[in-house]
Parts: sequence; structure tokens; C-alpha cells
Amino acid sequence: MLRRLLGVGAFFAAHWACAQDAMWSFQPPVTGIARQIESLHTWLMLVIFVIFFLVFGFMFYAILRHRKSLGHEAKPFHENTLVEILWTLIPAIILLGMAWPAASVILAQKNTHGADFTIKATGFQWFWSYDYLDHGFGFKSKLATPREQIENFDGRGQAKTEHYLLAVDEPVVVPVGKKIRILTTSNDVIHSWGVPAFGVKQDAIPGFIRDTWFKAEKIGTYRGQCVELCGKDHAFMPIVVQVVSEDDFSKWIATQQARAKAAKDDPNKAWTRTELIARGQQVYEANCASCHKSNGIGGGAYPAIVGSKIATGAKAAHIDLVLQGKNAMPAWSALSDVELAAVLSYQRTSWGNQADIVMPAEIRAARK
Amino acid sequence: MSSDTLHHTDHGLATHHPQGGWQRWLYATNHKDIGTLYLWFAFVMFITGGVMALGIRAELFQPGLQYWQPEFFNQLTTLHGIIMVFGAIMPAFTGLANWMLPLMIGAPDMAFARMNNWSFWLLPPAAALLIISLFVPGGAAGGGWTLYPPLSIQSGMGMDLAIFSIHLLGLSSIMGSINIITTVLNMRAPGMTLLKMPLFAWTSLVTAYLLIAVAPVLAGAVTMLLTDRHFDTHFFKAAGGGDPVLFQHIFWFFGHPEVYIMALPAFGIVSQIIPVFSRKPLFGYVSMVYATCSIAILSFMVWGHHMFAVGMPATAQLFFMFLTMLIAVPTGVKVFNWIATMWQGSLTFETPMLFAIGFVCLFTVGGFSGLILSIAPVDTQMHDTYYVVAHFHYVLVAGALFSLFAAVYYWLPKWTGYMYHEGRGKFHFWWSMIWFNVTFFPMHFLGLAGMPRRIPDYALQFTDFNAIASVGAFCFGLGQIFFFFNVIHTIRGGVGPAPSSPWEGGNTLEWEVPSPAPHHTWETPPDLATVQRGLRAQAVE
Repeated sequence: MLRRLLGVGAFFAAHWACAQDAMWSFQPPVTGIARQIESLHTWLMLVIFVIFFLVFGFMFYAILRHRKSLGHEAKPFHENTLVEILWTLIPAIILLGMAWPAASVILAQKNTHGADFTIKATGFQWFWSYDYLDHGFGFKSKLATPREQIENFDGRGQAKTEHYLLAVDEPVVVPVGKKIRILTTSNDVIHSWGVPAFGVKQDAIPGFIRDTWFKAEKIGTYRGQCVELCGKDHAFMPIVVQVVSEDDFSKWIATQQARAKAAKDDPNKAWTRTELIARGQQVYEANCASCHKSNGIGGGAYPAIVGSKIATGAKAAHIDLVLQGKNAMPAWSALSDVELAAVLSYQRTSWGNQADIVMPAEIRAARK
Repeated sequence: MSSDTLHHTDHGLATHHPQGGWQRWLYATNHKDIGTLYLWFAFVMFITGGVMALGIRAELFQPGLQYWQPEFFNQLTTLHGIIMVFGAIMPAFTGLANWMLPLMIGAPDMAFARMNNWSFWLLPPAAALLIISLFVPGGAAGGGWTLYPPLSIQSGMGMDLAIFSIHLLGLSSIMGSINIITTVLNMRAPGMTLLKMPLFAWTSLVTAYLLIAVAPVLAGAVTMLLTDRHFDTHFFKAAGGGDPVLFQHIFWFFGHPEVYIMALPAFGIVSQIIPVFSRKPLFGYVSMVYATCSIAILSFMVWGHHMFAVGMPATAQLFFMFLTMLIAVPTGVKVFNWIATMWQGSLTFETPMLFAIGFVCLFTVGGFSGLILSIAPVDTQMHDTYYVVAHFHYVLVAGALFSLFAAVYYWLPKWTGYMYHEGRGKFHFWWSMIWFNVTFFPMHFLGLAGMPRRIPDYALQFTDFNAIASVGAFCFGLGQIFFFFNVIHTIRGGVGPAPSSPWEGGNTLEWEVPSPAPHHTWETPPDLATVQRGLRAQAVE
């Protein structure tokens, strides 16, 4: 209550009016941590405003009154030990008053013990993938805003929809009131997973696993974005978390698990050329098209696949490139053998390319 | 050097008058000529970096991609950062130190005049590498001025050019620093002890030490980046057992002191100007010196606050948070001292004073947002958002840049021998002051609401403030062209010749020599009485 009075009323004149669309201040917090962060910020602002008015008060009094043009004579004093000691000690004490409450929030933020379940968030260039480690499935979560809304070159472009750049095809779904542990890691460069309403932000670093947690207290949809520069589509990898009731969550889990089972490529299946290429197109659209374009012509630092030496040459080099990555191209070894075989087959046979297809077994062999 | 000294004694100084034309500048060894070169170079870079900033703001004027592809946008932000830090602000301060230090401490020139020439002439090739990198395949470096790997390992040869450029810039900075340290420590006029020299000499000295300590660290970091890119080392590549976060630690061990490399000389300038226009000695000279040194020492221990989001242990977060907050104490002491200097003064508000007061006001605001960011849990919300962009522009534009403008107006009569047009100077100040705030203040709100930095396109709720900031940026930029013509007008005669000491309260030694300052000054050091007279501005008698 005190927080509300202090923070909102007194200072950011427009804060309360616009709290909903979070224009002047934080997005409305929905976790304990986010609320503590907000009240910490309010407390800091209070202290800062007091100091601000004192400091600027003295300065502007001098500026207004101690002018030469008003005939003010300078008094050439130039030290006062007591004053100087005081204005060193008092700020130091004020700082203690700021650091003390902050320290306890840090300890709470860092305490990821006792989570109800764990989701692994992996950053890719440029989307997120989520693995529900305790439930045995995972999915990729990509920007849902169509490119036609984004690109307005030469005055073209569609009108922008409500959650422009903040909508994904598959949101993370979590139950309300449960402690969720988020593991972050990355497939290529450093990304950062953050949802402001939860007071959570954690870098996703290749080769490392970091963790953070949240316990959402309100059902709803909460949005964030990648917050670490990760290359050209940094602006286009939103994070959407849907907080639902426990019942809805169980239902959602069940459908996801069923879907995951159905979508799994059967490892014993004998793939025909047409099936493989068709599957490859899906994989290509999902993973490769953002750089190499859906017609394979590439652009900028991203080479064309149409007629390229790699895509029409020896299979081994092509497989190696996709597994290892090179320059701006990350390693794609996180895709399954079937997915890789399919996408390579698609690349080698599309847009006029006429090379042999790649079978999943060849990928498996190349991995060793 | 020894033959040069002999040469001096044999023939006197007659042969050392400036050569004509381009040779005067290419072979320059005179501290004033080199200072001028540095300042013009910095101005050209300032305009270049500024045009890039306007490219960024044009794209961000409204949501959607209008002008640039995201790749190019990232190159703009990267080059804008590198150019402003290494090309504009740092050379400008070195230029000021070159021009003014010998004058202010009663030395005939900088200690190593020929190295001085070399340290300047490394800069244009470095700048050229950065500009050329825009036109190579794959474009310029697009990983942000922080060059975090693995992103910076991915990009094309633009990154290599940026790395070489940083090597050159670092080399230049180290040589400049050696020169400043040697000059200040060895070449002061008799009677000017360390605790009696002008505060600008103090801050330049401390800054030079900071640079010598951290420029090699940056050079090491980017060299490791280079070998990771081309020689298959794995310092920062997780796939080979390297650590991408290691780069951040090394980078910010350089990067945080770098912040003070850009702020301390500004403190020095303001500490020269405020007493003059208050007609009072500087309040708390000794505590200013202590504050400068404590800030410098603390700056080495706080780099982790740039990395609160990488996932450091709670103890490390607490350590970095407490030490970072501690910097507020000496910085506060400085602000209080400036205000106490104005208190009970006899104030006038010529352009240098306006910029100095503007500096104090806005730097204080930037200091406050810095304090907010130092609180690790709150930083969770602000990290890598526009709040950070607002914060560091308040300390670097309103801090470093405004102090540079103050310095230019303050010493322009000494440099050119003419007075600038006061009305135009004031117009430049008020125009910059207003549009600076229109540009950067709304960014605080953008950051609080969660807009990530370094994005070419944003969600719809960020539209209004971005539009305001873009308008502000273009107007702010326009004002700097006005500044250029203002300076040219002064060089061409301004509003008339300047006396040797145009400011009523000016006491320091540079005001003892005629305006414009002759090519050679203080061939014999100033006598004790002159030095003592100059110390009145420093409150130590």
C-alpha cells in the first residue's frame, strides 16, 4: 500500500493512468519478484527525488540569487572540513539504505530450489525452442507477425496487428501459482530470455546452462523479447508465456505429448525420395529460410543455395557444413538425423539444383 | 632527441617556426598544432558518428522497417558506438590535453613531441579502416560496440577491420597517455607541486593512467577474438572448451574504466570553468583530487555490473552491486563541490559556464539513473533496454560532449585570438540542451516499459516515445552544424580580437600568454610569482 502511495502518486504523474499499457513505467508485475523489484525501484526513486530537489534547489538558488548582474559579491571561501565530511558520510549511509533491501531481493531471485518443474529455453538465430524436461516434449516458438507487416520499404507493407512483433506461433504455457524453473542455453550466439512482468531476465549462452525462476500469480498472457544482440533478426524473437489454470495446463500437456508422439519421425521408416524432399521443405522453411530466403537465393552475408558449390557438390562437405556451421552459419547439429537428411535432400534437388539426396543413415555416420 | 636538443641550443628557435602548408600538419611536433589536429579529427568523427545516429533514429521513427535492412541497422549502431567513443570523445580530450596542459602547467611543449605526431597520425588510418569496413563483403561489424562473441566470431571481414582499427586506436591512446603522464609529472613550472596544479591536469593525469592500464586489455581481448576467428583458437568458442562469457569479463575490465576515461577529463574541465565564472576559488580542491583518484581506483572493481544478466552467483552480484553503488560517494562529492563553488559567488553565464552548468545538471541525472542500474535486482528489468541507452547518453553526451563544448568556448579565444559571438554560443547551448533532453529523456520510459536496445523495429506501445526521440535527435544534430559555423566564424575574426585573459575570473597560467597563443610559449618557465597568482583559482595559496 505504502508502495502504491509513494511510487505512483507522487512521482510519475502519468504512471497510474497508463499503467496498463506500460508506457511510463514497468509492465504490471505478476510475480513476487517483479513486485519486489518495482517497490525497490519506487523506494530508490523516492530517495533520488529528495536528493535531486535538494541539490538542484541549492544550485538554482545560487544561480538565481548569487549573480553578478544582481550586484552579488563573491565570498572567496573554499573549504569547510565539517561540511565535506558530512557530505561524504551521509550519502554513504543513504546508500546502505538502498543496498540492504536490494540484497534480499538478489538472494530470492537466485534461489531456484524447489521448482515444480523445469523448462529449458534454447536460443536460436532467431527463435526460441522450449523443452518441457519433466514432460518429455518440446517445440519451437517463432515470431507470428508476418514479414509483410514488418517490411515497409518504399511505403509498402500491411497494417500492423495488435501484438505486432510480440506474438508467437507456439507460446510457452505454464500453470498459475507454480514455481517454474527456466534453464537457458543457446545453439549459436548469446541470447537473453526475459519477461518483464515476471521480473526475469537470463542470458542464454552457448555451451553453458543458466537458470532462473518465476511463479506467476495471475492467469494471462505475458510478453517479452530477446534482450541480447544476437544478429540481424534480434528484434524478431519474442517470448510469449501463457499462464493458465492447472486444469487447462494438464489438458495442454496431454495434447502436446500426443502431438509430439505423432510428429516424431519414425527412426525405422524407410524414406522415399519424395517423402524426404517434402519433409525437407518443412524443415527448410522453419530453420533456413530466414537467412537463405525461401527461394534459396540468400542475400547479404548469407550465400545462395541455388547453384552453390556446396549444395550441388559432394555430399560429405554439405553434411559437414550443416553439422559444424561456418562463419555466420551456426551448427545445426541439434536437428535430428531425419530432419537434416531431409533438408539437405530438399536443398540439393530444389530450385534447379540436381544433386543426390541424403539419407538419414549418412547423417548418423557423419556425426561420429 | 639529443641532436634535437643540440639543434635548439645552436640555432635558437628561429628554425622551428611552422612550415607552410600541409607539411606543418603532417610533420607537426608542436603541441598546439597537434592539439588542433586532434580536435578537428574528433569533430569530423563526431559528425560521422552523428550521421549514423540519425540513420538509427530515422529507422526508429516509426514501427516497421522503412530504410535499412536489420543487418545494416546493426552495423550503424556498432559503428556509431565505436566511432563516438574512440574517434570523437577520446581524441577530443587528448586534443584538449595537448593544447592546454603545457600552457596550464608552464611547460614549453609535450614531453615527447615526435611521438605526439605519431600518436595523432595513427588515428586517420584507424578511422579509414572503420569507414572502409562498410563497403566490404558482409558489411561492417554488426555485433555492437561491445563485440561480444560468438556473434562477433560469425561476422565477415568488417569485424577484422574493426579489430585492426581498435588496435591502432589503442596504440594511439597509449602513446598519448605516456606523453600526458610524462609531461604532467616532469614539466611543471617551479613552485607548482602536484597538489597545486590545475584540476584539468589532475584529471588528465589520472585518465592517462587508466588508459595505460586498460587499453592493452582491450587489445588483448580483440586479438583473442581475431585468433578465434582465423586461427582456430577457442578462447571464446564453447564448442572447443572456450568461454563466451570470458570475453565479457575482459571487455568490461577495460570497458568500465573506459567510462571514466570519458568522464574524468570532463570533471577537470568543469572544475576549471565553474570557479572562473563564479569568481571564486574551487571549493574543496583537495577532496576533488581524492574523489578523482577514488573513482579511478573503484572503476577497476565494478565491471561485473555490466553482466548482471549472464548468471553470476549471488555473492558476485552483491560484491559488484555494493562497489558500484560506492562510486556514487566520490561522484556526489564532486557535484557538491561544484555547487559549493557557485554558492555565494558572483555568477555570470557566458557560454562556457552555461555548458558547465548544463553538464552538472544532466550528469547528475545520468548519475541517478546509474545508481538505479547499479541495484542488481532492478537491473534485471533494465538490462539491455533503452533505459541503459538513456543512462549512458546522459553521462556521455551531456557529460563528455557538453564539457567539450564548454572547453571549446572557454579556450577558443586563446586558440584563435578572437572572441566568439556570445549570442550564437548561447543559442547553441539552449538548442542543444532542449533537444538533447527531448531525444534521450523519453528513452528512460521506453526502457522501463521493456523496449530492448539495438533493435531496428519495435512493438506498437513504444511508438510515441520513439517518434519524439527521433525528432529530438534530428534537431540536436542540426544544432551541431550551427556550432561548426560558429567556430569557423570565430576563427575568421569572430566579434573582434580577444585579450590575453578574456574571462574576468581567469587565473590559471594559460591566461598569462597572449591570445592567440604564440607557436612557442613558456620557453622559460613562468616565475614563481606568476605561478602563485595562477593558483588563486585552485584555492591553494
